[in-house]
Amino acid sequence: MNPKLTRRRFIKGVIASGAAATTTAAWYSATGQERPSGFVERLVRINVNGQVRNVDVEPQETLASTLRYKLGLTGTKLGCNRGECGACTVLVNDVPTYACSVLTHSFKNDRIETVEGLESANGDLHPVQQAFVEELAPQCGYCTPGQVMAAVGLLRENPAPTRDEARHALSGNICRCGSYDSYLDGVMRAAELIG
Amino acid sequence: MAYMHIGKDFTPPDVPGKVTGRIKYAEDYTREGMVYARLLTSPIPHARVLDIDASAALAMEGVHGILTADDVYPDGEPQSTGLKILTNEPTLVGEPILALAADSEKIAETAIAAISVTFERLPFVTDPLDSLLPDGADAYNGGNTFVFRQGFAQEKWTADQVASMRAGNEPTAEPQQTVEYGDLEASFAASSYVYEGTFTNAGYPHMSMEPRSALAYWEDGKLYLYGGSQSLTAFADGIAGIIGVPKADLVFINEATGGGFGQRARAGSVPVYGVPAKLSQKINRPVMMRVTREEEFTIGGARQGLTGWIKVGFKPDGVMAACDLWIVSDNGGKGGGADAYSAADCISVLYQADAVRFRGTAIGTNTAHRGAQRGPGQNQIAPIISPILDVAADELGISRFDIRKINTPMNGDVGGPQRTPFTSAYMPEALEMAREQFGWDERQSRRRQQNGSKVIGLGIGQGYHNAGRSGMDGIVMMGADGRLKVHNGVGNLGTYSYAAVSRAAAEVLKMPWDRVDIVTGRTDLHLPITSPQDGSNSIFTNTRTFYGAAQDMLAKMKEIAANDLGGAPEDYDISNERVHQIADDSVGMSFGEVAARGMELGGKYTGEAELPEELAEWTQIAADRLAGTGFMGIFHDPRHEGNPPGFTVTCCEIELDKETGKFEILDMIQIAEAGTIMHPKGMDNQLVGGAVWGIGLSALEQHLYDPQNGIPASTGYWQSKVPTYLDCPLKIDTGWVDLPDPENPVGARGVGEPAQGSVSAALTAAITDALDGHIFGASPITTSMILNHIAGTAEEAVELAQNNYRG
Ligand code: FES
Ligand code: FES
Repeated sequence: MNPKLTRRRFIKGVIASGAAATTTAAWYSATGQERPSGFVERLVRINVNGQVRNVDVEPQETLASTLRYKLGLTGTKLGCNRGECGACTVLVNDVPTYACSVLTHSFKNDRIETVEGLESANGDLHPVQQAFVEELAPQCGYCTPGQVMAAVGLLRENPAPTRDEARHALSGNICRCGSYDSYLDGVMRAAELIG
Repeated sequence: MAYMHIGKDFTPPDVPGKVTGRIKYAEDYTREGMVYARLLTSPIPHARVLDIDASAALAMEGVHGILTADDVYPDGEPQSTGLKILTNEPTLVGEPILALAADSEKIAETAIAAISVTFERLPFVTDPLDSLLPDGADAYNGGNTFVFRQGFAQEKWTADQVASMRAGNEPTAEPQQTVEYGDLEASFAASSYVYEGTFTNAGYPHMSMEPRSALAYWEDGKLYLYGGSQSLTAFADGIAGIIGVPKADLVFINEATGGGFGQRARAGSVPVYGVPAKLSQKINRPVMMRVTREEEFTIGGARQGLTGWIKVGFKPDGVMAACDLWIVSDNGGKGGGADAYSAADCISVLYQADAVRFRGTAIGTNTAHRGAQRGPGQNQIAPIISPILDVAADELGISRFDIRKINTPMNGDVGGPQRTPFTSAYMPEALEMAREQFGWDERQSRRRQQNGSKVIGLGIGQGYHNAGRSGMDGIVMMGADGRLKVHNGVGNLGTYSYAAVSRAAAEVLKMPWDRVDIVTGRTDLHLPITSPQDGSNSIFTNTRTFYGAAQDMLAKMKEIAANDLGGAPEDYDISNERVHQIADDSVGMSFGEVAARGMELGGKYTGEAELPEELAEWTQIAADRLAGTGFMGIFHDPRHEGNPPGFTVTCCEIELDKETGKFEILDMIQIAEAGTIMHPKGMDNQLVGGAVWGIGLSALEQHLYDPQNGIPASTGYWQSKVPTYLDCPLKIDTGWVDLPDPENPVGARGVGEPAQGSVSAALTAAITDALDGHIFGASPITTSMILNHIAGTAEEAVELAQNNYRG
């Protein structure tokens, strides 16, 4: 039997019987969810990894979107896109910042650093990256760029943290693989490499 | 045995890409002309789509087309449980109904808002016991349960039977499944301590860090699909069937995967990859489908919730005489797994009970799709059984360590209802190692010590999972450069098993690691089939295949050398990348030379003849495409005998604050018993990662559904309470027994899953200990449950519940 026909026949039955029905359009208006309607892009100038980049951004565009989808810097990950996981952590003026939860146009005068900007000009890994490799800190690796950036931010502010200080500094970065112990080993080793 | 690679640390080739952000996950790719798909998902927990009016949406500028269930299943949707690509019969909020492609996600969202879908609302249910009531709603169209090979069915109990189970009694209804061994009655009669009670394990989402985004396009009749999975070839093999594309015409690209935990091992868990694949085919454009965290929650799977009754009897000497287990499993909105049976199997294995009976019934609810999640079943029962052992030990005057030692599985034992022999089992050694390294005996004086409102609790726990399969295929190749290429279809989900197992091939050929290339990441590199990378099986399964393929190459090298240089193959050995005569090692050929000679000879040396007959179709395709391109070693693995177990033992010490109900884990040690250790750092990662999951299971994680509307109330990370750095101990110590398993050529077995179970068992035991032996019979034990207990709230006042707060 053709299921479409079956359903159409069924629809008639339901309409005739007045059975409870609802629609998605009604659903969204009932829950007050706004749908986007049009947008205007504006050219802004931002400083990313030491380079000035001119990029067209929408007023409500997040820094993570700009980095990933406009500048091709896909090292910055999106785990939740709602400020819960830290996968999108970048440094803004050395301060670890959730790139999914800030708007690009508000960083016109700031220094943004992403995981792509950490290696030295000759390709050497940053000590945090080197230490994370040596300690096999990542598992699946999806949270890793965020953990790296949070660790770099910590070590700039506090080059010789205790393990407990490191744990608190990185506590805004979730690792679903549960590699916390290995990341902390990595931070402590990075502090030694830097020290 | 002295190995060149086995048991040594190394840097897997994907690690630098992970710390630099260079490695690509599915959503990091782009393709010229790419458009974006968004999903319209069900806002209702159980419904039937009566009509879809997309005319306004399709007329919008920038909209390329829509895909509905009618497109995907022109002959009607499969009438079974299990996630579908799209559906007109949603059985949970968030199930995808249709997808729309547009130039941008904003346009797609705007267009989706203009689509009118008319639903018929159907009755729904969020607790399996509610569905069992005579007038309880059924989660599926056609019943509240799905019987294998028979279809949907309705399972109802009397109101009294449901009320009786809720009140803590043994269910009296007929179970769907009964499995039993030993004389239960006689064993309970011989028991001097018997525990009986109900329990619940909450369901909770996998919440892999990478949402299941995917990109697809078609070129020259081939589908190129970029997605994340735990497996590579096994997943590709399955998704080809789901999408309906011949295996030979699918290229699956999956360099890295942002976590799986059971939910991305098999294609059936990720049918949504069919959306970009089919939409792309329909509109003839590359389609990127980005999946949000909320969508990942609803279609990303969850652990089965269990509502159970357990009765355990112990003889005066501490031997577990009998265990009787009755479990109602929550199969969620799309069917579930066999967690409940595995729970019974686990008790049989870990405690070697004289008699075990398992009775179970699986009931659907209009909540998250249930699928295998790290140690499905074994790990839910771990925090339930462990405190029972402790209370029994205290009652019988036996130490909590000794009761585990008395009941331990060991070499020569059997386990599970099938009474399957272990391939090997060194659990006694693991227990002793944990005892010694943790200082378990010395710490006993601290047990239940008070310091103001804080009290010390000590816990010990064991974990188990069957950890190995066989019957798969292996391919290794070599060219005139003499480099060994391991064609590896295992998949990269973060355990680094894919790399560790490749070292078995390097070991056979005594190749330096920097002369070995792992060929992986996309299936058009011609990779053999392997088992889905779940069930902690990878290490055992794939060391067998790669070892076998390298042995085949080694035999061929000796044949060629004997043929060209004289003598018999047995007169030859290898060293320093040369095959040479044993008597005179100056007579020989370099690996590069022998590979070049093999390519000249062709035939079986290059895979053009004499392939193993039993190769899987997928491997056959790979071998055909590789034939003649290089010197080939190829192997089909025969089946092994027995159950290769993965075991872990955990000890921990906690300090629980009776004023706040919170606790801190002061110390924890995890010991693995997984045969020979392949890769110490990889093992360490599995042990610490499993520990974090064990903490989540015991104390934090559960999803919640509004029972009034069936809407999930915990779609994010913080609501699901995924453990953070601050929920975990500052340092987790690890160790391993490292004794070889005879059924594996390098002696190795897996361990990923038990690592969670033993921590959950130990942590729950420690909480019980700190609260003077109070058994909650629940995972998680939340702060509010602890406070309610301390405040004296009677346990009976707390209803058994699934998908909702308990306590
Ligand atoms: S993606 Fe920004 S916090 Fe999760
Ligand atoms: S390494 Fe997988 S989420 Fe952290």
